[in-house]
Amino acid sequence: MNYSSYIALIPLLPLAAFVLLGLFGRKYFNQSAGIIATGLLLISTVLSVYTAYQYFFVDGKLPVPANPGGDTYQTITALKFTWLSFTENVSIDMGIILDPISVMMLVVVTFVSLMVHIFSLGYMKGEERFATYYAFLGLFTFSMLGLVVSSNLFQIYMFWELVGASSYLLIGYYFQKPSAVAASKKAFIVTRFADLGFLIGILVLAFYGESLDFNTIIQKLTAQQASQFVAITSASFVGVSALTWGLTLVFMGGAGKSAMFPLHIWLPDAMEGPTPVSALIHAATMVVAGVYLVARLFPLFDVNEEALSIVTIVGLVSALFAAVIACTQTDIKRVLAYSTMSQIGYMMFALGVSGTGGEDGLGYTASMFHLFTHAFFKSLLFLGAGAVIHFVHSNEMKDMGGLRKYMPITHISFLIACLAIAGVPPFAGFFSKEEILLAAYNSSMVVYVIALLTSGLTAFYMFRLYFSIFWNKEIEVHNNHGEGTFSMKLPLILLAICTLAAGFIPFGEFVSADGKALESHFHLSFSIAPVAIGLAGIGLAMYLFLYENECPEKYSRMLGGFYKAAYKKFYIDEIYLFITKKVIFNFIGRPAAWIDRNIVDGLMNGIATTTATISSIIKGVQSGKVQNYALYFFGGIATLVIVFIYLWKQ
Amino acid sequence: MSEVPISHILFVSTALFFIGMYGLFTRRNMITMLMSIELMLNSVNINFVTFNKYLYPEKLDGIFFTIFIITIAAAEAAVAIAIIINLYRSHKSIDVEDATEMKY
Repeated sequence: MNYSSYIALIPLLPLAAFVLLGLFGRKYFNQSAGIIATGLLLISTVLSVYTAYQYFFVDGKLPVPANPGGDTYQTITALKFTWLSFTENVSIDMGIILDPISVMMLVVVTFVSLMVHIFSLGYMKGEERFATYYAFLGLFTFSMLGLVVSSNLFQIYMFWELVGASSYLLIGYYFQKPSAVAASKKAFIVTRFADLGFLIGILVLAFYGESLDFNTIIQKLTAQQASQFVAITSASFVGVSALTWGLTLVFMGGAGKSAMFPLHIWLPDAMEGPTPVSALIHAATMVVAGVYLVARLFPLFDVNEEALSIVTIVGLVSALFAAVIACTQTDIKRVLAYSTMSQIGYMMFALGVSGTGGEDGLGYTASMFHLFTHAFFKSLLFLGAGAVIHFVHSNEMKDMGGLRKYMPITHISFLIACLAIAGVPPFAGFFSKEEILLAAYNSSMVVYVIALLTSGLTAFYMFRLYFSIFWNKEIEVHNNHGEGTFSMKLPLILLAICTLAAGFIPFGEFVSADGKALESHFHLSFSIAPVAIGLAGIGLAMYLFLYENECPEKYSRMLGGFYKAAYKKFYIDEIYLFITKKVIFNFIGRPAAWIDRNIVDGLMNGIATTTATISSIIKGVQSGKVQNYALYFFGGIATLVIVFIYLWKQ
Repeated sequence: MSEVPISHILFVSTALFFIGMYGLFTRRNMITMLMSIELMLNSVNINFVTFNKYLYPEKLDGIFFTIFIITIAAAEAAVAIAIIINLYRSHKSIDVEDATEMKY
């Protein structure tokens, strides 16, 4: 089957929705915008699923005749054309590649995006800029799909920035609210700052790898005897090899998009956007772009210990750090935001402890598996939170409680998602988390213990959230307008089903670091500890939050300073503000402004003043008297005559 | 009848030219200035005719030029007088010193 006949449609249909609704939406399609965008995306989704079927079951496998059963998934270049050609050897291509992770991401992105599109039909109903909202969603979906199928570093960078821009538009959707505007700016600036590193990293890798193409770069920079590999490992800057620099800088871009510590500060604020947007961008798709990037370049990371250990450390720190903060937040979307950061930290360190080939590659598979399952249950959590917010018109936990009676479907699906993220069998999160913990266990004890601790915290804060929303105190419901429309319930149900089913997919057979099928081993004895700690977390949350009581307050007082620090997000925002306002503004901003004001402007002003002075001196020549002009005229002629007759010697 | 030497004629035309120039620079009345310009033009005409006659008697180029200049001078006089009349209407004067608004 020829992929090129339809594969380009997958990203282009959402783009068509964006163009159509962006240009004409508010005038002609304000009512039907949702249906149009959803319909186009539905086609994309069907095509993605079909592509996945074709790839995984029909022609993706490259048979190895010598070794039956050891088939590997190949990388198929479905589409490729030169977009910008500079010289014969230097050109920027655009292309679509299909390999296990990109095909998986296609399905995840289109599916979650479709769910969000459907959910928004109800959630965003009656918004004045309804069509604009769907146009932005289309742009985002297009960019994200373009990102996951990118065939080279430059293309991924372009779509990376497009994703950032559309995320900016969506976070700032409620631009009447100053907080939303500030949040969108913050998200854009922080990720832009990280992308600076990404760009430099791309240039370093492309310079030594002599190509932008993923496969070529990976081939050239991983072969130990290749001249390019020798060049990049022998070149060094400040005692660190160029390869480490390149990969670390690329990872910096990934960490910015994926909200890894210490570039995570934008993610909680980004919750200012509409809740379905948070479900799409800040839970399932954009924030995992960093993980995807590392996975895409994984063979490169694999040959470089230092870069890989940076990935591990950053992932671990983020996972634990965010989990601690999530336990103290009261805004339900912020809890989910920190939970997302924590889970992405999981995926990152799973990649960090991974190797390629056989059992060593478990971390890679586990990370991708967790990405896959997390997309479902986290978008389910966000959409559930969206339904709750829609119902009570507030983000704060104190305004919620006892909602299980009013919104049964939301309640059940939210519970399923919470159980999944807490790692309770047989929900999706259990399987993926289990693999990550196993990979951590095989790599080092420290990583394993921290991961286990985080897992317990995850269970605790998720059930704190769950009990605070659906149990705890009874709130007064003034106008019970029901759970929301059918379009809001349908995605919840579908995602809940996925959350239940996704864990049973034998993921290792499809996605692994070396393309070979990886048997997922299931150690019953190993599962005891994580499940036990998860259940302990749930139990603690139940004890504290099932019914309204004094305990939470008592314990938070007992923890004192630590609780306060966690509540204040460990003052990271304050540190950033201190660095920018006190240090950068004073020592870089002000001198730069001084130079601009005095030297750059001064030069221009000087030229202007000089011109004005000279002109005021000589302007008397233009006296307005005709006879003067005639005199100058004759004087000029006389001068020319004298020059030409007497002074001009050939 | 003896020929008039060329230098005599050139002397007349030069004298005429500088008389015209003197008038142009010293008179304030625009009509007088216009007349001075006519003097200068005529001195040039004399030059053309003279050089045509003394240097290339078989040709007519100089005479043609002269005719052109006379024609253009007539047109120029019409335009100039129209300007002067308009100026008089707006300024109630035809003194050049009174029309110096068009300056820096």
